[in-house]
Amino acid sequence: MNAHLQPTGSAYFITKETQDQERHTLSVLVDNEPGILARVVGLFSARGYNIESLTVSETEHGRRLSRITVVVIATPKTLTQIKLQLERLIPVHKVHDLTAEGASLERELALIKVAGSGDSRAETLRLADAFRAQIVDATVESFVFEVTGKPAKIDSFIALMQPLGLVEVVRTGLAAISRGPQGM
Amino acid sequence: MAEKMTGAEMVIQALIDQGVEHVFGYPGGAALPIYDAMFQQDTVQHILVRHEQGATHMAEGYARSTGKPGVVLVTSGPGATNAVTGLTDALMDSIPLICITAQVPTTLIGSDAFQECDTVGITRSCTKYNYLVKRIEDLPRIMHEAFLIATTGRPGPVVIDIPKDVQFALGDYYKPDLDTLRHQSYRPQMDGDAAAIEAAVDLMLKAERPIFYTGGGVINAGPAASEHLRELAELTGFPVTSTLMGLGAFPASNPQWMGMLGMHGTYEANLAMHDCDVMINIGARFDDRITGRIDAFSPGSRKIHVDIDPSSINKVVNVDIPIIGDCERVLSEMVRVWRSKTNQPRTEALAPWWKQIATWRAVNSLGYKNSETIIKPQYAIERLYQATKKQAKEVYITTEVGQHQMWAAQHFHFDQPNRWMTSGGLGTMGYGLPAAVGVQVAHPDALVIDIAGEASVQMTMQEMSTAVQYRLPVKIFILNNERMGMVRQWQDLLHGSRYAHSYSESLPDFVKLAEAYGGKGIRCSNPAELDAAIAEMLDYDGPVLFDCMVEKDENCLPMIPSGKPHNEIILPDTANLGDIIDEKGRQLV
Repeated sequence: MNAHLQPTGSAYFITKETQDQERHTLSVLVDNEPGILARVVGLFSARGYNIESLTVSETEHGRRLSRITVVVIATPKTLTQIKLQLERLIPVHKVHDLTAEGASLERELALIKVAGSGDSRAETLRLADAFRAQIVDATVESFVFEVTGKPAKIDSFIALMQPLGLVEVVRTGLAAISRGPQGM
Repeated sequence: MAEKMTGAEMVIQALIDQGVEHVFGYPGGAALPIYDAMFQQDTVQHILVRHEQGATHMAEGYARSTGKPGVVLVTSGPGATNAVTGLTDALMDSIPLICITAQVPTTLIGSDAFQECDTVGITRSCTKYNYLVKRIEDLPRIMHEAFLIATTGRPGPVVIDIPKDVQFALGDYYKPDLDTLRHQSYRPQMDGDAAAIEAAVDLMLKAERPIFYTGGGVINAGPAASEHLRELAELTGFPVTSTLMGLGAFPASNPQWMGMLGMHGTYEANLAMHDCDVMINIGARFDDRITGRIDAFSPGSRKIHVDIDPSSINKVVNVDIPIIGDCERVLSEMVRVWRSKTNQPRTEALAPWWKQIATWRAVNSLGYKNSETIIKPQYAIERLYQATKKQAKEVYITTEVGQHQMWAAQHFHFDQPNRWMTSGGLGTMGYGLPAAVGVQVAHPDALVIDIAGEASVQMTMQEMSTAVQYRLPVKIFILNNERMGMVRQWQDLLHGSRYAHSYSESLPDFVKLAEAYGGKGIRCSNPAELDAAIAEMLDYDGPVLFDCMVEKDENCLPMIPSGKPHNEIILPDTANLGDIIDEKGRQLV
C-alpha cells in the first residue's frame, strides 16, 4: 500500500503532550434545569475530556441550584480549559478545582452484596466491622453492606470481599467539599 | 404590564419589542400558529426562503452586516435539522442568531410523532444556548433572554424550541427586566483588567518589532472598536494584519496594513508574525489556519491577547498578557493609557522593523502571471474591485468557500467593517448566496456581491428564487473553473495529482439557469471583455448570475502548508507544488 494512502493519525498537527496527567476533583454549581447534565457531559465528550466520576444532585431547592462533582484526569493545560469551558455554559454559576485549591474532603458511598456460608461468612463480618460497614440487608446466605469513606477505602474493602463471595457493587461516585469556613 | 395573548402572538410581540424587522423562515405544520400570528401584523417582515439552511445563512449575512441579531423561524423535524449547518456556522464565527424552531405538541414529545426530532438535543452542541419551552408562563422570559444571550459576550446562535400547544396556549405577556431573568450566572466580562491593560501598553512601548493581529472580535464589538483600532495603530505606528474574519476593521488602503495573515495570507504578514517581538492579538483566537505549526509559531514574541471569551485564552497558544474583555472597551482603554504615557511616535525605534517589512513586501506575494487569452481568477476579482470602487453605493461582499474565497480575501480590499461576510470557522460551501440575500434585505440600496465558485454556489442555488421573489438585486459572481479548486490544489499538493471527484462533469448552463429563475445571466471568458461584462452586471437592476470562466488549474498562493511554520510559506513562483510537502505533512489538513 502506498504511504500516502495509509490512514492518518490526526487531521491536525498535534504537538506531543509533554505535561503529565493529574487527577482533579471539580465542583460545579449549576442552575437545576432540564438538560443541564447533558450539557456538561456533552461538553466533555465533544472536546475529548475524560470523566472519571460524576455525581449530581440538587443542593439548594429554593434557589434551584445543583452541584456537580466531577473527577477528571488531564494535563494542567487541559484542566484549565475544562474549567473555562464549563464556566462558558450559560447555566453554570461557578467552577472550583477542589484539588488545586487545597485541603478538601472526598467521600463516597457504596452498597456491596456478598454471598457465602460457613467460615467465609464469619470472616466477611469481621472485615465489615473493621471497615465500619453497616449491614443493610441480610439473608442466611448473603449480606448487603453500606460503606462510606474515601474512594481508596472502598476500593480496598471491595478487594477484600472479592474472594469471600462478592456478588455486586454499586457506588455513588464522589461527593467533595472544601475544608474550612469558606463556601463555593 | 401583563397582556393576555397566545404563545404565537407572544413570539411576534417579543420580536417587535426587540426591534426585529425581518425574519427568515419556512412554514410547516408545527409552526402554523406562529405563521398565523405573523400574517396578522405588518411590523415584522417575513422572508420566505427555499431551504432552512438558506434562512440561517441569510440571518448570518443580515447580522454580520448590521450588527443586529438575525432571526430565523422554521418548523419542527426537518425544518430544525436543516438549520443545523447554519447554526454551527454561526457558533464558529460568533454570529448572533435567534432561531425559533416549532416542535410537536408537548403531549407528543418522545412519541416519534410526525416531524418530531429532539431539536434541543441535536442543537445543544451547535448553539450558544438553547431552550425547549414547555410552559406558556416561561415564553416571554425565554424570548427576551435568548436575545440577551445571543447578542452579548461572545455572540452566537440561540435556539428556542416551541411546541405547538404552547403556541396556542393563552398566557400573560410581559417584557422582563434583566434582574428577573433565569440565568443570573450569565454576566460577560466587558471591561478589561486595568493592570493588564497597563502592562500591555508598557510592553508595546518597548517593542521593537510589534504587530497587531486582529480578528472577528473587533467587528463583533461594533464600529467603534474599529475606530479605536485605527486610532491605536496611528498612535503606535505598528503594522496591522488581520484574520479572514476581521477584514475591514482596519482599512486596506492604510500604509500600515499588511494584508491578511494565515494559510493564504501575505508573505509580509506571516513573516512579521513569525519574527515579531510583541504580538497584540485583538479579538482573534489563534485558529489553526493562522498559527500553522504551533511549536514553531512566532517563537520569539511576547504575546498580548484580548478576548471576551476567557476560554480562548491559552487554549491553543500560551500568552504573556491575557486581557478578558470587549474589544471596543479594551482598545479605547489602550488608547487612553498610551496617550497618558507618551505623545511621541516611536518612528525611529520602529524604523528597522518597517525596513524589514518593506523587503518582505517587495516579494509581492499576491502577484500572479496574467494572461491575454484566459481570465485569471485573481484578475477577475481585481477588475470587480475596481469596478465597485466607482459605484456610489455601499459595497458588501459575501463568499462561498474555497479558492475563490481566498482570492477574494487577498484581492478585494475593505476599508470599513461589516462589509465582508464569509464562512471562516466552519468553512461552509453554500454560505455566500443566501448570506448575500440576507445582506441585501438589510441594505436594499447597497451593492451586494457574492464572490462564488461554481461548486459551492450549487449547494444553495435555490435561494436565487428568494432573491427574485423579493426583488433583491444580488450579484452572484461565479469564478467558474469547473473544479473544486481548493480540493484540486490539495490533491496536487498532497496526493500526486490524483483528482478524486474534484471536478464537475455536468455543470448547469448558469446563464440559462439565471433566466429560469427569472434573473439575468451573463457569461464571460475573454479578459478583454471582462470590464464591460462586469459593468453590465452592476448596471442591471435585479439578481444576476455571472458565469466568469477562469483559468482551470490556477493555484491559490501564497500558502503555508499544514504542519509548516510561517517562514516556510510557498510563494507564487514556486515551481512544483507536489514536491513541497513531506510524508508527515500529508496527514494534515
